[in-house]
Amino acid sequence: MPLLKDSEIIADTWLRLEDNASVPATGDIIVPFARLLAEFGKLSKRRGRVGIEFPNAERAEVLESFLPALSLVALPFPKFADGRAYSQARQLRQLGFAGELRASGDVLPDQLAFMLEVGFDTFEITTRFSPDIWRRTAQGLSLSYQPVKQQKRLHVWRERQLRGERSCRA
Amino acid sequence: MYRYDEFDHRFVAERVAQFRDQAERRLSGELTEEEFKPLRLMNGLYLQLHAYMLRVAIPYGTLSARQMRRLADVADKYDRGYGHFTTRQNIQYNWIKLEETANLLAELSEVEMHAIQTSGNCIRNVTTDHWAGAAADELADPRPVAELLRQWSTLHPEFSFLPRKFKIAVTGAPNDRAAVKVHDIGLRMHANDKGEHGWEVIVGGGLGRTPLIGFTVRNFLPEADLLTYLEAIMRVYNLHGRRDNKYKARIKILVHELGEENFRAEVEAEFNRQTKLDVEVEQHELERISAYFAAPDFEVLPKRSADYEIAFARNPDFAQWVRSNIAAHRRDGYAIVNISLKPEGGIPGDATSDQMRSIADLADRFSFDEIRVSHHQNLVLPHVKQDDLYKVWKVLRANDLATANIGAAGDIIACPGLDYCTLATARSIPIAQTISRRFADLNRQHEIGPLRINISGCINACGHHHVGHIGILGLEKKGVEYYQITLGGSSATDASIGTILGPGFSGDEVPDAIETIVKTYLDVRKGGDETFLDVIRRAGHAPFKEALYAPAQRQ
Repeated sequence: MPLLKDSEIIADTWLRLEDNASVPATGDIIVPFARLLAEFGKLSKRRGRVGIEFPNAERAEVLESFLPALSLVALPFPKFADGRAYSQARQLRQLGFAGELRASGDVLPDQLAFMLEVGFDTFEITTRFSPDIWRRTAQGLSLSYQPVKQQKRLHVWRERQLRGERSCRA
Repeated sequence: MYRYDEFDHRFVAERVAQFRDQAERRLSGELTEEEFKPLRLMNGLYLQLHAYMLRVAIPYGTLSARQMRRLADVADKYDRGYGHFTTRQNIQYNWIKLEETANLLAELSEVEMHAIQTSGNCIRNVTTDHWAGAAADELADPRPVAELLRQWSTLHPEFSFLPRKFKIAVTGAPNDRAAVKVHDIGLRMHANDKGEHGWEVIVGGGLGRTPLIGFTVRNFLPEADLLTYLEAIMRVYNLHGRRDNKYKARIKILVHELGEENFRAEVEAEFNRQTKLDVEVEQHELERISAYFAAPDFEVLPKRSADYEIAFARNPDFAQWVRSNIAAHRRDGYAIVNISLKPEGGIPGDATSDQMRSIADLADRFSFDEIRVSHHQNLVLPHVKQDDLYKVWKVLRANDLATANIGAAGDIIACPGLDYCTLATARSIPIAQTISRRFADLNRQHEIGPLRINISGCINACGHHHVGHIGILGLEKKGVEYYQITLGGSSATDASIGTILGPGFSGDEVPDAIETIVKTYLDVRKGGDETFLDVIRRAGHAPFKEALYAPAQRQ
C-alpha cells in the first residue's frame, strides 16, 4: 500500500506484525496495541523502532506512559465517515507524542487536509487516486478559523489580531 | 450586523472553488456517489424525491436587505421563483441542478452567504433568538457569540465527521425563544452578582425519534472558557458517541447512556486536559465581532406614538395585526414586526421572490436594513418605529404578508413532508393547509389565544411536533398515511415533550380532531387568560381523550 508523506509517495520501511507473527530481531515494526501491552518488555529491548496500531475505542490516556518508547502510532479509519481518530490524534499530540502519526484504513483525498491539521504525518493510501489529487487536496483551503499546523495556511483569528496590533501601533 | 472582511471573503470563495472541483469529480465519475455524498452534504446539497435540494445558511437567522434580494434572485434563476424558510433559520431551494450549484454558491458568496455545514454530521448553522438585539427582556445580544461559534465550527478539522449532526442554539434572554433545551447544545446567558455575563451550558436535548430535554452541565461558564469547554464536549461526543446505529448516534443518547454525572465528569476531565493557548486570540476575535453588532442609531422617541395610536383606533384590521404580530422593543418608540409566512391555506415558511423583495425594501426603509428568520418559519423586521407601523402593515398586506396569526392556530410549523422529502412517511404540507383553512377566521384564532400546532411527516421530527402544544406526526401503515396527535409540548423556557393522546387519525380526520381538541380547551379553560398549554398542564389529557375517543367507543 503506498505511503504518503508531505504530498509525496515514499517507501514504507515499517513492517506490520499481526497478532501471532514472530518478532524480527531488527527493523522497524508496527504491532497491535494488545501486543504492546503483553510484550512491552521484550519489544522495548530489541534493536529497531516500535510502533503500534491503536484502536479507535481505546482512550488516548492509556498510552501516556508508553509514548516515550513509541516511534509511531497508527490510527485507523474503519470508514472515512468515522471521525474518532481525529480526536485521538489531537489527544496524542496534546499528551506530547512527537513521533510519526499514521492514518490507515479508509483515507481519502478530501479528508487529507483535516488529518494534517489534527497532527497526522503519514497516510496509507490506495492507488485509486492520482498523486496530483493528493497534492491538490493536502492544503485544503489556504486559511482556517481554527489554529493551524500547516505553515502555509493562515489562522484567520491570529491574522486579525496581528493586524489589529499593527494598526494600533501605526 | 456582521460583515465579512477579506479573510471571510477569501474563505468562502475558496470553499466554492473546492466544491466546484468536488462536483466536477463526481460528474466525471472520479468520485462515487457514496464518497461524494458527505462532501455535498457539507455544502447543504441533498438529493430529494424529485431534484437536488440546497439548504443555504442564514447564520443565527440574520439577513440584510441585499442578502434577501439575492435570495430572491437565486429563487428566480435557479429555482421556481420561491424559497422555503426552515425551522433552523435557513432557507431551502427545492429544484436545484448539481451542474449549477457551484455557480449558485458563487452568487451567494458575493453577498456574504454560503451553504457550509447546513447538512452532514458536523456542527450545523448556529441558531438564536429571532428578536436578538431588539427584545425588551434581553440581557445582551447573543449574536456576537453565535458568530464566534459559526467561525469556530466552520470546517473544524476535528469535528467534521461526528457520529451524527450537531445543533447549537444560543439565547441572551430569560424568555427562551431559541429552544435551547431541545438542542444538542443550548447556551443561555446569565448575569452574576457583579453584572458579568456567563453561559449556562445545556447538553443532550433534541427531538427526532427520541425526544429529550437537555440537562445543564454547567450553570455559569465564564465567557473566556466557552470555546475550550465546547471543544471538550465535542471531543467527548466524537470519541464516545455511538456509531453503530444512526438513530442512536446523537449526543442525547450518549448523555442518556452514560448518565448525567458521568457525562459531566468526562467533559470536565477533558476540559481540564485542554490547553488554553488561544484564549487571548478568541477574546480579541469576540471583541472584533461584537463591534459589528453595536445597536443601530436609534432615535430618541417618546414611549407612545400618536400616529400609531390613531391608526390603531381607526383600523380594526391593523389593530388585530398589531395585537398578534408586534412585540415589545427594548427602545421607546420602536417595535418588533413579525411577518407571518402562514397565510390561510399557504405552505408554512414559503415565500415568493416578489415577497422577499418587498420585505427587503421594507427592511431598507424601516428596519435599519435588518431581517430575521424565526425558527417558527416566519420573518421579522426587528427595529421598526411605531410611527411607521401603519405604513409597513399596508405594504405587507399588499403582498399577502400581513396575516395576523403569530403564535396562533394558523401559525403552523410543518416540515416539507412527502411532497419533497425522501425520509417522509406521510404528507405534512396538505395537513397544515387544511388546518389553516379550518381556522381561517382570525377573530376566532385570537379568541383561542396562543396555540402552537407543529406537524412532522416522519419520526425524524423536522416539524418539531414533540414541542407543539398540539403535535401531529405523520406515519404510514400498509401504504396508508395516518397521523398521531401529541399534546402538551413546548420549546419555550418551560420546555416539555408532548405525549401521545391516543390512536391515530387518517389525514381527512385530522382537522376535525384538532377542532374537537380546541373546542374542548375552550370549554375547559377558566377564562381567556388560561392558555391552551396551561389547561393541558392543569387538567391533563383526560378531557381531550374523552372528547375525541369516547363517542367512537360508545358507538
